[in-house]
Amino acid sequence: MNIEALIASSIDGLMLGFVFGLMAMGLTLIFGVMKVINLGHGPFIVMGMFAILVMSQLGINPYLGLVIVVLLGLLTGIVVYFVAVHRVINAPELTTLLATFSVNMILIGALTIIFSTSPRGLDLELPSFRTGAITVLGTRFVAVLVAVGVTIALYSFLYRTRTGKSIRAVANNRGAAELMGINSSWILALSFGIGTLLAMISGGLLATLFSFTVLSGGGLEVKSFVIVVLGGLGNPTGALFGGIIIGLLESITTIFIPVSWVPVFEFVVFVLILLFRPNGLFGAR
Amino acid sequence: MKTLSSPFIWIILVVVGGASLLPILTNSVSLREDMFLMLMLVILASSINIIMGYTGYVSFGHIVFFGLGGYLAFFLMKEFQVQFMLAALVGGAGASLIAFFIGIPVLRLRGAYFALATIGINEAFRSFFTNFDLFGGAVGMFFNFSVYDAYGGAKNAGQLAYYAMVVLALVTIGTSFVIKKSKFGLGLMAIREDQDASMVLGIDPARLKVLTYTISAFFPAVAGALFFFKNGLIEPGPAFELHRSIEALVMVMLGGYGTVTGPIVGAVVYERLRGFLITDPTLSNAHLVIAGVLLLLIVLFVTAGVIGWVRQRVPALRRYLE
Amino acid sequence: MSTTNSVILTIENVSKRFGGLLALDKVNLSVKEGEIFGIIGPNGAGKTTLFNVINGVYPPTEGRVKFRGEDVTGLQPFDMSKRGLARTFQVVRPLSELTVRENVTVGACFGREHLPLEKAEKVADEVLEYVGLAERKEMLASKLNVAQKKRLEMARALAARPILLLLDEVLAGLNPHEVADMLGVVRKIRDQGITILMIEHLMHAVMNLSDRVFVLDYGAQIAEGTPQEVSNHPKVIEAYLGDPKVAQRFLEGAA
Repeated sequence: MNIEALIASSIDGLMLGFVFGLMAMGLTLIFGVMKVINLGHGPFIVMGMFAILVMSQLGINPYLGLVIVVLLGLLTGIVVYFVAVHRVINAPELTTLLATFSVNMILIGALTIIFSTSPRGLDLELPSFRTGAITVLGTRFVAVLVAVGVTIALYSFLYRTRTGKSIRAVANNRGAAELMGINSSWILALSFGIGTLLAMISGGLLATLFSFTVLSGGGLEVKSFVIVVLGGLGNPTGALFGGIIIGLLESITTIFIPVSWVPVFEFVVFVLILLFRPNGLFGAR
Repeated sequence: MKTLSSPFIWIILVVVGGASLLPILTNSVSLREDMFLMLMLVILASSINIIMGYTGYVSFGHIVFFGLGGYLAFFLMKEFQVQFMLAALVGGAGASLIAFFIGIPVLRLRGAYFALATIGINEAFRSFFTNFDLFGGAVGMFFNFSVYDAYGGAKNAGQLAYYAMVVLALVTIGTSFVIKKSKFGLGLMAIREDQDASMVLGIDPARLKVLTYTISAFFPAVAGALFFFKNGLIEPGPAFELHRSIEALVMVMLGGYGTVTGPIVGAVVYERLRGFLITDPTLSNAHLVIAGVLLLLIVLFVTAGVIGWVRQRVPALRRYLE
Repeated sequence: MSTTNSVILTIENVSKRFGGLLALDKVNLSVKEGEIFGIIGPNGAGKTTLFNVINGVYPPTEGRVKFRGEDVTGLQPFDMSKRGLARTFQVVRPLSELTVRENVTVGACFGREHLPLEKAEKVADEVLEYVGLAERKEMLASKLNVAQKKRLEMARALAARPILLLLDEVLAGLNPHEVADMLGVVRKIRDQGITILMIEHLMHAVMNLSDRVFVLDYGAQIAEGTPQEVSNHPKVIEAYLGDPKVAQRFLEGAA
């Protein structure tokens, strides 16, 4: 076996893993704060992709476009929260699952009308670094930087700011937080907005790496579930590690087994973790 | 049995059975195709309702049993020329057996964790079958036309599959009713309302849940066998299509969670609506958006579903709308 | 009334530890057939934990539980139910989306006698009559008020036709009139020959009702005996002295 190939795919997988981690972080944040499994996660990722696509067609640099995506994501999330989730936030989980699934249908339907389902891609060239068999694509490198930057920003927000602390308080105990004078509706909406913007940024980054369609969200959503469960439902740091594990797994295992077996392995691990380590690989038992 | 003396279930069975005769009486193949699909959805939704509506376990990936039953039966029919009804029953039994063994560990999970696990199970099977060469791998399996010779040709086979689907739908609805009205069903509903309290009241939730899951896997599996028998082709994608599971959940919610009639009404309304939206030229592009908006309105404002809503509004009808 | 001397429930050296917290510390008690046995103690003394250990919600860390001569330590709640143990919850747990009658039918169907549905429904009707909820039997359980929910809990437990009934603060949250009604129900149940083990905060009630009283404090038993004996016990007075008013009521209650 070729050691260079191993290193090359490890680096590749690691870099991809950061983006996957960022992608899953939005899903896990929303679950952590309000115990809602957001089935609109996939379309949010896709919205990020198409937002970047449209902006690059308008001549805006994709990376600059990410800043706009942040605002767009926050706004979208808050609107979706108040329209679809707020009314049923205390209902059984099936209700919120279906509410977010209807958001999924509406968004995918609307995106299909606007963009059709044909494959798209960005025309983006960045210099690559090369040593021997190891090539690091510039786009991937920047994606990692952005993913790490966003993660740091998220954590500073959650731990350093008053609003961030309120979010954590609501996640811990909504009733108690309300007694402390926190307006939980607003905090929940904001958290949903942040979860959405994380999904959209990761979508934007993925758009710089791969080609995509309106329907790419489905697979990425399921992948996000796997990552979230690996890292522990509701745990953003866990999601980042989960993303890295999946990224590495997908690239390294392909050296040993055919690519098509990777998902079998992934999903079996997913179910086993739910059964035996429901708090994730790193969570307390 | 006292339960079967209820007028309600006979009315339902007569209505569904009567509707199923229409395509035969009118000799319309396209109507028969529509009804075939509709009955299949009724079976899927009713089965999901047994585990979800009665027991409170949201089996998101329930379609896995449709795929498993379909694959098992298809393999038997193709490789061993097993008669299709026998193959379908074996497929159903096989899927139930798998549900039994999966259910033991997975039904210990609650709420969102269970829902996610069922998605994982479906995806694991789908990706496994994509790689499983004995069952045709990614391209799946297809029949030679000679398979249909035993049934008097493909046209006749389609007709037979239709009759079988009608019978299966009636049996599924009947089972759903008998469960709901039985001591067993009462135990399930106690588990749904408060599992810990139900244990203190003398219920062994693990046993009841696994049995329920096993039963609710059987009907979709037989339906899958019939569907792919008529189709002549089975592939991993359509066999384990998560979206279809979610649609079936939507039907249950639409019609009324935990009722016998709810899933039937939900399946019919959803499918008619989708059919209408897709065929209307101006609406066809927007069909997903419209369906999504309708679903959202129902979820937000008519939580009990159509049947639940009627039951709340017109108490006199309760006896007839279980 | 059949107050024989045969022991129906024995707790031997039972301890229960949650992480670093010792919720029960070597508790010993025995309940005799036909009596009303009261358990009292300050908040957090471990009373409900003791109930949970007895009916199998969780196993004890140490010690044994014996019910009618059989070692039942570590059995599941549904096993205990079949052996004739029923209980009510301190915080009521109605099966909200089921009707009152269905709630009670569950108790009869899966209780000690494991009745078939139709017989269970008849039992449910009888029991609902007995606790005074008959007119509300077609209502959803969630629509009842607190006092009615407490009665429902009681009815559900009774429908199981238990031998031993554990009552966890059935009087809490009731107004004086409702308390008097409930006390009547409890006495009637005992007169049917059902042994009752009850946790209660309302001192005058527990002192008037109980044949024997057991006092827990910080997971340990500090006294056991007739209401008079217990209320004069120095340790009990000490445990309740943190609140002199309670101590006062305590003594008056026993008188």
